[in-house]
Amino acid sequence: MGFLSQAWVIARKDIIGELRTRETVLSMLLFGFLVILIFNFGIEPGLREENLVKPGVLWAAFTFAGILGLNRSFIAEKENDCLQGLLLCPVDRSVIYLGKFFGNSIFTLSMGLVVFLFFSVLYNVDLLQVALPLGLILVLATIGFAAVGTLFSAVSVGLKSRDVILSILLFPVMVPVVLAAAKSSGRILDGDPLSSAGLWLALLVVYDVIFLTVAIMLFDYAVEE
Amino acid sequence: MTTVSPGSTAQPDATAAVADGGAGGGVTTAAAAPLPEPGRTLWLDILGVVAILSVLVALYGAIIWAPTEAVMGHVQRIFYFHMPSAWVALGPAFTIVFICSIVYLVKKDLRYDRIAGASAELGVLFTTITLLTGPLWAKPIWGAYWTWDPRLTTTLVLWFIYVAYLMLRSSITEGHSRARLSAVFGIVGWIDVPIVFMSIRWWRTIHPTLVTGEGMNLDSSMEAVLMLSLAAITLLYVYLLIVRVRQLDMGSRLDRLRQLSHLR
Repeated sequence: MGFLSQAWVIARKDIIGELRTRETVLSMLLFGFLVILIFNFGIEPGLREENLVKPGVLWAAFTFAGILGLNRSFIAEKENDCLQGLLLCPVDRSVIYLGKFFGNSIFTLSMGLVVFLFFSVLYNVDLLQVALPLGLILVLATIGFAAVGTLFSAVSVGLKSRDVILSILLFPVMVPVVLAAAKSSGRILDGDPLSSAGLWLALLVVYDVIFLTVAIMLFDYAVEE
Repeated sequence: MTTVSPGSTAQPDATAAVADGGAGGGVTTAAAAPLPEPGRTLWLDILGVVAILSVLVALYGAIIWAPTEAVMGHVQRIFYFHMPSAWVALGPAFTIVFICSIVYLVKKDLRYDRIAGASAELGVLFTTITLLTGPLWAKPIWGAYWTWDPRLTTTLVLWFIYVAYLMLRSSITEGHSRARLSAVFGIVGWIDVPIVFMSIRWWRTIHPTLVTGEGMNLDSSMEAVLMLSLAAITLLYVYLLIVRVRQLDMGSRLDRLRQLSHLR
């Protein structure tokens, strides 16, 4: 079996587990909706600068909801010593990382898609016009988020206060992703073409490449027992 | 963390098992590799006295000797301590965390973890000083305590990253797993800093602010005080780092002695 198909086996395990319980993605979704709802009360309706605030609301919802999924990612493995079994698999540790990364990316992406949909209905966004560029930004942001998030999730899973620690670790490191995603999607929502956000997309790609590489290198140390 | 018997981890990854043998069976290896005996060292005391004296001299230079800045007035004097604190935190302090994190992961020697931890503590201390002195100067000069300038914002994000690093450390008790996990975060956090800076700079370039820079025309005596202050704060950092690492060394030595006496 090739490297990627090995990783896919691990991701598939997570996806099947999720399809049976439907716990993680559903709670992420509800949480994302709630963040949008709560933020909405902080924004004056009909505010002239509404367009400046919208992307911030969208990406705050994405980040806060996304971290819920990451929190669960390794907890399920910790129960019944599944992680031990996973680590005993005769595969490279980077395969395990990639498998978990794929799983987390897929959960975050599906949550992101539905939250975008919800957002576009509430804020009257013409989704057909912006679907493709926003989708691209969502994919790039999800990769960066899940790349660092999967690593930190493994780092924090053994700790007593893991939920809080994971948020504290992840949010400051996520600043470039959230900033780039919010700024580029702000342009798209303003009706500008994708090329006007080129610099931000480039930043997202660079971030994704750097941290995916770093995380693959470091994951071994994060789970070593 | 390392409650797993070394035998069960031996199959999947031999190198990890060897490293864990050292971690889990730390008591048996402790006798073989004792920590250096921490005695009083004259050079360290001298370094301490020199560091404190140079800080006092720099203080004299900054408050009394340096001429008052023509436009900003006395408040400009805060700069002599603001800039050196920022330099120590962003330069040596956090870089040492990064380097020692890598060295720990390669060598699995807890000494490097203690250096990383001590340097992170001092880095957070000096970043805090930077973040506190900055607004004190900014309020009368810029008219606001804070602006979302790239340097300010990056420093704030940096502060959050290393406070998170310290929180992570404090929530793990076992030595080697604390060292391992915090090293992973120490490496990622440091790599993140330039990316944060770039992203915030682009953000601010797209929406320019009123404040474009804090250019100061320093005359030669001001420059001399600044250099003196830089040297003094750097020396103070080096001294505090050594003292703190020695404290942590002694702490871990005490732990091992306690473990040994407990076993007997």
